Amino acid sequence: MISYIFIFLAILAVASALAVVISRNTVNSALFLVLTMVALAGVYLLLQAQFVAVIQVIVYAGAIMVLFLFVIMLLNLDAEKSLFNKLRVKYFVAFIFGVAVLAQILYSMGTVSNMLPEISPQMAQIGTVEAIGDVLFKEYILPFHIVALLLTAAATGALLIAQHTINPVTEKND
Amino acid sequence: MNYLHDLSTFLPGIIVGVAGLIVVLIDCYKDDYKGIVGLTIASLTAALAISIMDLFGPTGESFYGMISYGGVAAFGNTVILFGTLFCVLISYEYLEAIDHNFGEVYAMILFATTGMLGLASANNLVMIFLGLETMSICLYVLAGIIKERKTGAEAALKYFLLGAFSTGFLLYGMALLYGATGSLDIQEIAQAASSDLLFVAGGGLLLVGFFFKVSAVPFHMWTPDVYEGTPTTLTAYMSTASKSAAFIAFITIVSRLLPEGTADWSQVLQVIAIATMILGNIIALVQDNIKRMLAYSSIAHAGYLLVGLAAATPEGYSAVLYYLLAYTIMNIGAFGVVAYYERQHGLDLLDINNYAGLGFKRPMMAVMLSIFLFSLAGIPGFVGFVGKYYVFAAAIHADLIGLAIVGVLASAASVYYYLRPMVFMYMREAHKDIPLVKSGWMFKGSLIVLTILTIYFGIAPADLSHLLSSYYSGDWIAQTLIP
Repeated sequence: MISYIFIFLAILAVASALAVVISRNTVNSALFLVLTMVALAGVYLLLQAQFVAVIQVIVYAGAIMVLFLFVIMLLNLDAEKSLFNKLRVKYFVAFIFGVAVLAQILYSMGTVSNMLPEISPQMAQIGTVEAIGDVLFKEYILPFHIVALLLTAAATGALLIAQHTINPVTEKND
Repeated sequence: MNYLHDLSTFLPGIIVGVAGLIVVLIDCYKDDYKGIVGLTIASLTAALAISIMDLFGPTGESFYGMISYGGVAAFGNTVILFGTLFCVLISYEYLEAIDHNFGEVYAMILFATTGMLGLASANNLVMIFLGLETMSICLYVLAGIIKERKTGAEAALKYFLLGAFSTGFLLYGMALLYGATGSLDIQEIAQAASSDLLFVAGGGLLLVGFFFKVSAVPFHMWTPDVYEGTPTTLTAYMSTASKSAAFIAFITIVSRLLPEGTADWSQVLQVIAIATMILGNIIALVQDNIKRMLAYSSIAHAGYLLVGLAAATPEGYSAVLYYLLAYTIMNIGAFGVVAYYERQHGLDLLDINNYAGLGFKRPMMAVMLSIFLFSLAGIPGFVGFVGKYYVFAAAIHADLIGLAIVGVLASAASVYYYLRPMVFMYMREAHKDIPLVKSGWMFKGSLIVLTILTIYFGIAPADLSHLLSSYYSGDWIAQTLIP
């Protein structure tokens, strides 16, 4: 059963990642990206990495994708009407069913039963919040701080580029 | 882990990073550029002093093996902080003259420097990645601060897109290495290394990422456009400090992460080095824009540095370290004088034809430019020659005669384009009268110091090169070249 779920999630992730690239409609692309993230979070859950799975959904599928959608809507790349009418329910249902059937076919063809590694109790411990916090604030304390600096630098840099408007300098003939 | 001791081993980086945060805070409340620049210079000087002291101090690892300190890491920090300090010293006046003197610029420089220091001290792939990213993201921003001009926007966008792409290669390489060996620590990876496909592919992708950052052919395409669009003094920062940091990490990777026998890594470096030296020098011959000329020359210099890496001997690595210092000194000097000429309004003083007759206007500046260009060309008596000598000697001792010959020939060809500005300055009549403004004491003073160092290290290289080769003697080999 777990193998089947893994194959289903893997195919879902790959298929929706392909759909992100293939889809012509930017909003659809973004929504498919959400689906990819959720499918990956499912794979993490199968590996007993609960913390990463939850963070994947909250940060990527939640916060970052909302930002993506905001930007797409604000930039208004497509006319407003065409944004939604293409995503029909029946296509979406067909997509999910197609993935399920393909996963079923691959599952029975491959006759694999134990694709996932055996999860020992120690491995299950690694995925918990306590274990991650322990590593993060001990072994990875310096990288953790550098990341903080990196994010500050990125925010400051975005302000620097976006904020200052100067009268155009005299254009040299270059 | 003794926390205070570990903090003290990364003190230069901490000082610079905290100073960057304070600069951001000051900038929120006050338009006090003098104070910001003062704080920046003070923090860089303090960090530089500490890292110079570390040169002679003990070596080791700290922060659970994340970074190493002392020795090569301390030398890398010294070169980076030295380059940054002088770039800030000449930037203030230049940015003021082109009306782009913002407080955040200094914050970005300080943050980028923190990343570089982390990169140069890195002992773990996580630190290498974070250092590289902190540095790169700040440089993407600095490339685009003249956004009103098309070249500025082009530089930032091109650098950002290609840089993000190359980061992808780098990260993929790290992921494969982790998959092959089960560790991110450089020593542990080297111990678990094998010649299976996963490890070799990971190492190769890692090298591609680094080839991009040091602008080696065929990953050099971004360099001329980015250097042209960036404010000149920040170009100097980009081409010296960031390249030094990337090369120090490159040495760490090549010398310690990729053991001999897993694949013929030296062969890869040789091919890239030959392509880089030849292409960089040949294209530089036909450049009329002096900044583009210097950009191609910096590609060529990356080629010379790769020669030292390809030698893959302790001698080669210490030669690369010496070359990095030499390159930092002379390249900041050259860009500094170009920045001085460039800020005269009303005429495009990046076009080499407009340098005609400038040699007698402000003789001091022209003489200094000549010295820096002589040094870049590798004329004996200046620091550039000594650097090239060490690198090519290391290649010959490692039995890479062909590589050394190509290097010497390419370097001989480069004399043509380095001498061209001087021919224009001294031997051509001026088209029209160009009034050259006087430069401030800080600008002029730092260029004079760089000139003196160019000559000093050109005449008396022995002390420093002894120090550098001592880093690679004795137990270094036992520690790191584990089969």
